[in-house]
Amino acid sequence: MKDPHMTERVLTIALAGNPNSGKTTIFNTLTGTRQKVGNWPGVTVEKKEGLIEYRGQTLKIVDLPGTYSLTPFSIEEIVARNFILDDHPDVVIDIIDASNLERSLYLATQLRELDCKVVFALNMMDVATARGAKIDVAKLSELLDVPVVQTVGNRQKGIDDLLAAAVDLAHSNKPVPQKRKVRYNPEVEKAIEALQQDLAAQLRGILPYHPRWTAIKLIENDTIVQERVAAVAGEKGAAVFETARRQREHLADRFNDEPEIITTDERYGFISGIVKEVLTTSIRQRIDISRNIDLVLTNRIVGLPIFFFFIWAMFQLTFTLGAYPQDWIEAGFGLLASAMGYLLPEGLLKELVLDGIIQGVGTVAVFLPNILILFFCIALFEDTGYMARAAFLMDKIMHLVGLHGKSFIPMLMGFGCNVPAIMATRTLESQTDRILTILITPFMSCSAKLPVYIILAGAFFGAKAGTVIFIIYLTGIVFSIATGRLFRSTLFRGADAPFVMELPPYRVPMFKSLMIHMWDRSKIFIKRMGGVILIGSMVVWALASFPRPAEIHERHAAEAARIEARFEERAAGADIPRPELEAQRDTALSELDRRTQAEQAEQSLLGRLGHGMAPFFAPIGVDWRGGIALLSGFVAKEIVVSTLGVLYAVSDDESTDQALQHALRASGMTGLSAMAMMVFVLLYLPCVATVAAIRRETGSVRWMLFSVVYSTGMAWLMAFTVYQGGRIVGLG
Amino acid sequence: MSVRLSEVKQGHSAVIERVGGSGALRRRILEMGMLKGVRVHVEKYAPLKDPIELIVRGMHVSLRVEEAAEIIVDDIQ
Repeated sequence: MKDPHMTERVLTIALAGNPNSGKTTIFNTLTGTRQKVGNWPGVTVEKKEGLIEYRGQTLKIVDLPGTYSLTPFSIEEIVARNFILDDHPDVVIDIIDASNLERSLYLATQLRELDCKVVFALNMMDVATARGAKIDVAKLSELLDVPVVQTVGNRQKGIDDLLAAAVDLAHSNKPVPQKRKVRYNPEVEKAIEALQQDLAAQLRGILPYHPRWTAIKLIENDTIVQERVAAVAGEKGAAVFETARRQREHLADRFNDEPEIITTDERYGFISGIVKEVLTTSIRQRIDISRNIDLVLTNRIVGLPIFFFFIWAMFQLTFTLGAYPQDWIEAGFGLLASAMGYLLPEGLLKELVLDGIIQGVGTVAVFLPNILILFFCIALFEDTGYMARAAFLMDKIMHLVGLHGKSFIPMLMGFGCNVPAIMATRTLESQTDRILTILITPFMSCSAKLPVYIILAGAFFGAKAGTVIFIIYLTGIVFSIATGRLFRSTLFRGADAPFVMELPPYRVPMFKSLMIHMWDRSKIFIKRMGGVILIGSMVVWALASFPRPAEIHERHAAEAARIEARFEERAAGADIPRPELEAQRDTALSELDRRTQAEQAEQSLLGRLGHGMAPFFAPIGVDWRGGIALLSGFVAKEIVVSTLGVLYAVSDDESTDQALQHALRASGMTGLSAMAMMVFVLLYLPCVATVAAIRRETGSVRWMLFSVVYSTGMAWLMAFTVYQGGRIVGLG
Repeated sequence: MSVRLSEVKQGHSAVIERVGGSGALRRRILEMGMLKGVRVHVEKYAPLKDPIELIVRGMHVSLRVEEAAEIIVDDIQ
C-alpha cells in the first residue's frame, strides 16, 4: 500500500529550542546513530543532521543550535535564524520545555513571527507535572494556531506523533497563519505599519523576507537584516532606512527606551497572557530536587572541594583506567611492528613503516583510551547539568583571566593532552571565549612533556627534581593567565561575553546519549588526527633519514662484517664459551648501530637543520642535539627524549634514562641550560596533533599560525631570559 | 527604596525596577525574562562570592555580580 504522502523530495525538518530543553535528546531519539556532525559554514558551531526514513519518505533532521532567542547577538542565534530564513526548512519543530513554559514561549513567539511552518513539541511534561504544573495543550495550540504534540524525549514518548504532525504540516497547503502572532501596542504597531508600507512601496518583489517581520527587525535595529535589505535594495534602501530611523527615534522618545527593549517587553506581555490561560500551578510545595542537590554541590563550604574531587576522579579514571587499554594498544603496535619487521625486506620501506608510520601513529594512538574516558566524563558532566555548576563555581577565578567559568575544564584537561582539551572548548558558547581558551590551553603542560622534564630535571637537579618540575608546571599556569589577560586587553578587547547562564535542573543522563556524545568527539580525534599524524610522522622520518650518505652505511656494513668475522674466528677457537661470545658480539653490534644512527641523524636534513639553527638555540643554552630533539618534538613531545637518546647514542634498554642523563651531564649542559630547555619545551610550538586541533577548532589557519608563532616566540624569549639572566647572576 | 540587585542578600527577593547596562548583556538579561515588575529571588552566592544564582520565573539563572549591579530592584522581602 502506498502512502498518500509519499513523494520523492527529501523533507527538511529543523529542530529549534532553548538550551537544556531536551532538544538534543529528541534529536538523538529521532536519528539514533545515523548522525552527521560537522560545522556550520564559516563558523565553529557544531552542526548535526541525520537522514531518517518515515512513512516511506526521507526526512532530513537538522539540529539547530540551542538558543533562547533569535536576535543576532550570538553566533548560535545567527546560525539558527539564517538557516530558517535562507534554507527554508519545510517545518521547524520548536521544542518547548513544559517545565519552563514562559521562557520557552519567547523563542516560540519569535519563530511564529518568522515566515515558517512551526510545530511545537511540548517536552518534559513529566517534570512539569512533578512540579505541580498543568498545561492546557489544546488551548495552547489554539492560542498560537500551532499544532502541539506532547513528548517525553528520554522515554521516546510522542516522538512518532511529532513526526506525523511535522510531515502532515509540511504537506498541507495551509499557509503560515498570520494571525495569533504577537500584537504590539498601538504606537509600535503604527511604526511597523508605516515602515511596512514603505518597504512595500520601495522594494516590492525584491524583499528577501516577510515584510512585517522585516519592518519589526528594522525597528529593532537588527544589523543583519539591515545588511540584507541594503544588499537587495541598492539606492532605494535609503528611504526605507530613513523611515526606520525616524520611527525608532519616535518610539525611543515616546517610551523613553530603545525600541528593541520595548518589543522584548511586549513579547513577554503577550506570552504572560497565554501562560495565564493555559497554565495552572497547584499551590502545593513544588518538588525541586535540583535545588536540594545544589544545597550540597554549590555549597559555600563544600561546593569547591567536591568539584575538585570530581575533577581529580576524572583524571584518575582517565589515566589509571586508561593505562590498561593503553598497554594493549602499545603491545598491539609492538606486535604489528615485529610482524612488519619480519615480513618486509630490509630497506627504506621497512624503515618508513617501522620508524616512521608505526612509531609515529603508535605514540599518538595510545592516547585513544584516555580520550574516550575523558570525553565520557565530560559528556556525563554536560548531560547531568553539572557543567553549568562547574562554571558557576569557577567563574570568579576564570574571570580574572577574562574567561568564562566553563573554560576551566578544557584548560585543566590540557594537563592531560591538549588535543581533547582543545576539542572540549566546543562546550563554550562564545566564539571569542573559545578562541582565547584555545590559545592559552597549550601552556598547560601536557603529560607528554613530563618525560622530558623527568630526564632533564633528573640529570641536573637530583633530589630537587620534583620541585623544579613543579615550578615548570606553575610557570605554565602563570603564563597562560598572563597571556589570557594580555589578549583580553588587546586582541579581544571589550568582547567579554555576558555570563547570564541557566543552571538547568539536574537530570539522569541517558546512556545512549552519553555514548553518542563521547563517540562524536572521539571520532574527530581518530579521523583527523590519524591523518595528520600519519603525514607528520612520515615527514619527520624522511627528514631524519635523508640524505643517506653511502659512506656511513658502507662503513657500518664493513664494521658489522668485521665484528661477525671476529666472532666466527673466536668461536672457532672455542676457548671462551659460545654464549658469552654471542653476547659480546651483540653488544658490539648494537653499539655500532647506535653510532651509525647518531651519525646518520647528524648528517640528515633534520640534523643539518639542527646545525643550521644552532645560532637560534645557542642563546638559550641548547646545543645542536637539543635543537634537533626539540624540532622532532613537533610530532609528539615524548619523541624529544627518544631523539636525544639517538643523538647521544645511548643504549636502548632499561637503563636508557640513566645513560642519557649521564650523557647529558657529560655534554657540557648545565643546570641552567637544562632549566632554559625545560622552559622552552613547556611553552614552544605544540605538537602536530594539537596544531591540527587548533586549526580545526578555530576554523582558521591564521589563528593556528598565530598560536604557533606566539608560543614559539614566547618560549624563546622566556628561555633566553632564564639562561642569560641566570648567567648574569652567576648561576651558569 | 531602590537598590542594586547585587546588594540584595542571599535568601531575599526583590522586584525589578529597571535593567541598565547596554548592548548584548542588557538584551540577554531581558530575554531571559528579567523584565520590569518581575520578582527575582537571590538563591545563593557562589563560594567565591561571585557569580550569583537567581530564581526568575521558576528558572535558575546565574549572573555575575557586576552584571547584577546593573539591575535596579525594589520591594525587598
